[in-house]
Amino acid sequence: MVEKIFKVTSSAGIHARPATSLVNKASQFNSDLDIEYNGRKANLKSIMGVMAMGIQQGAEVKISAQGSDENEAIQAIEETMKSEGLGE
Amino acid sequence: MSEKITGIAASSGIAIAKVFVLANPEIVIERKTISDKAGEVERLEKALATSKSELEVIRDNAKVELGADKAAIFDAHLLVLSDPELVGAVKSKIESDSLSAEAALDDVSSMFISMFENMDNDYMKERAADIRDVSKRVISHLLNLQFASPASITEETIVVAEDLTPSDTAQLNRKYVKGFATDIGGRTSHSAIMSRSMEIPAVVGTKTIMEKAEQGVLAIVDGLSGEVILDPTPEELDEYKKKQADFQAQQEEWKKLVNESTKTADGHHVELAANIGNPGDIEGVLNNGGEAVGLYRTEFLYMGRDKLPTEDEQFEAYKAVLEKMEGKPVVIRTLDIGGDKELPYLDLPKEMNPFLGFRAIRLCLEQQDIFRTQLRALLRASSYGQLKVMFPMIATLNEFREAKGILLEEKEKLVAEGTSVSDNIEIGMMVEIPSTAVLADRFAKEVDFFSIGTNDLIQYTMAADRMNERVSYLYQPYNPSILRLINNVITAAHNEGKWAGMCGEMAGDETAIPLLLALGLDEFSMSATSILPARSQLAKLSKEELTKHKETFLNLDTVDEVIDYVKTHLS
Repeated sequence: MVEKIFKVTSSAGIHARPATSLVNKASQFNSDLDIEYNGRKANLKSIMGVMAMGIQQGAEVKISAQGSDENEAIQAIEETMKSEGLGE
Repeated sequence: MSEKITGIAASSGIAIAKVFVLANPEIVIERKTISDKAGEVERLEKALATSKSELEVIRDNAKVELGADKAAIFDAHLLVLSDPELVGAVKSKIESDSLSAEAALDDVSSMFISMFENMDNDYMKERAADIRDVSKRVISHLLNLQFASPASITEETIVVAEDLTPSDTAQLNRKYVKGFATDIGGRTSHSAIMSRSMEIPAVVGTKTIMEKAEQGVLAIVDGLSGEVILDPTPEELDEYKKKQADFQAQQEEWKKLVNESTKTADGHHVELAANIGNPGDIEGVLNNGGEAVGLYRTEFLYMGRDKLPTEDEQFEAYKAVLEKMEGKPVVIRTLDIGGDKELPYLDLPKEMNPFLGFRAIRLCLEQQDIFRTQLRALLRASSYGQLKVMFPMIATLNEFREAKGILLEEKEKLVAEGTSVSDNIEIGMMVEIPSTAVLADRFAKEVDFFSIGTNDLIQYTMAADRMNERVSYLYQPYNPSILRLINNVITAAHNEGKWAGMCGEMAGDETAIPLLLALGLDEFSMSATSILPARSQLAKLSKEELTKHKETFLNLDTVDEVIDYVKTHLS
């Protein structure tokens, strides 16, 4: 399993549009991907799970991947976070 | 059998096509246990797949019609359809509770909906509506019900609805939608204004069309007389085809005036301008011979999205309009949000009287970051054409001074940063609150121009909500009280060597035009489609002659007397 912590910098938090990109990206991988925030965990391939967390600006989120392509998955998520201006 | 329904003529022209009823079917879900669990899962998969391909069509249409930005919402809808948490939960409910697919989906989506509805954030609360939309679509397929979506229209139709919301109209494909007919609304309701800017014949406020029109029946929308005919007889069909041809011939006649300048019979020039909502409307303005843009409603840039437009996005839109107008005047109104136009992402509290509340310039002066961003975008765009900026809903001189001060501050900052900004930007205001019309002589010393917004001016002067049909008789543009206010504004402007325009519906109105010309109005801004008829009408009127009647009609008692007077003396 690989994990990475991101700090959300977007002033709107993780809203519909960026959440859509994240979930779309996550869904391309075989690995199980989770997002953890505020002690709660959600499936990163679930748009509703991600949005229901109500992640705001300044939040720290932990993303973990487990599976055959876990390294590629984490790397791709990191790129999406950056290109969407979501976090670092 | 043929049936005639009368409503309010909202946008001229004749449309003949099949009815598309835009209504959501009533969904009744029977809760029964099933034995063939695998069969239910298969039905679910099939309904999901059908919904998915439907939504993909909608998204692609929306991309072409509205831009990628607004189509993005459908990407989110698509993801809901393939959400493992949702689909997984539905499948396990079918397995464990022996529920039908529709009942299981209804249970699971209701759980998600209430979860989102209970979140402490308006934006998230709205997402509940997305989930409801998507699950309704899938459930409708499971129950074999037609799910109406304006974006799914792919043949020539007349759209029949109770009312059209901005998001409905945003999804309409102009190629296929030939006419509108709605139950509620008046000439100034959103659907009416949209139909005019889309140049689609429309009848609104029919009260009964939803009840009477059936899906797929042939219908005629007569946007000239305000009538809708369902299932016309062959004779009626012939009659209206002729009326349609006559209307088109008249349009052709008007088209010849496209490149003519606007002159009255005695050689006075007035400016005929157009009201627009987005850069795409400019084509219609030029095709209809518009001499200027008299009102660019910037709020559409802010609507139908999940956050504020950036300075750059706004700059691109303003620049596009200024460039396409090739140096002709463009009056851009700063953000006029509030009232009936809401922005969910601003998270503003609900008000008892939104039209009298925290809106437009009031909001901009308090949330200055929003205002300053827009002003910077406008100033940066100013070097691409002839920009004039106007502030909406000004009530007091202090508000105007403050707004103008902020604009000049941003200008100075930009110049200091080395950005080029035009030195000839006129700064004016809307006259829509009676206080400003009364005090116009004081305002005229400080503004560069006035633009009279009659829709609101009439509503505020008569204290009559223009959305409320029961008091619609008070919407009286030709009431002598309104004419006197308009006269006051124009006289005040001219005394200070300034110009006065009008950007309300009244400016393009056949009865109002002789009155306004007599009062000395300099600029008439209207729906693009009204420009050529107005030009043709003005060419037959003598300003000098009409001016002689000014004192007489300003001293009439009632609106009926004014209308009579126009018919007998001013036509």
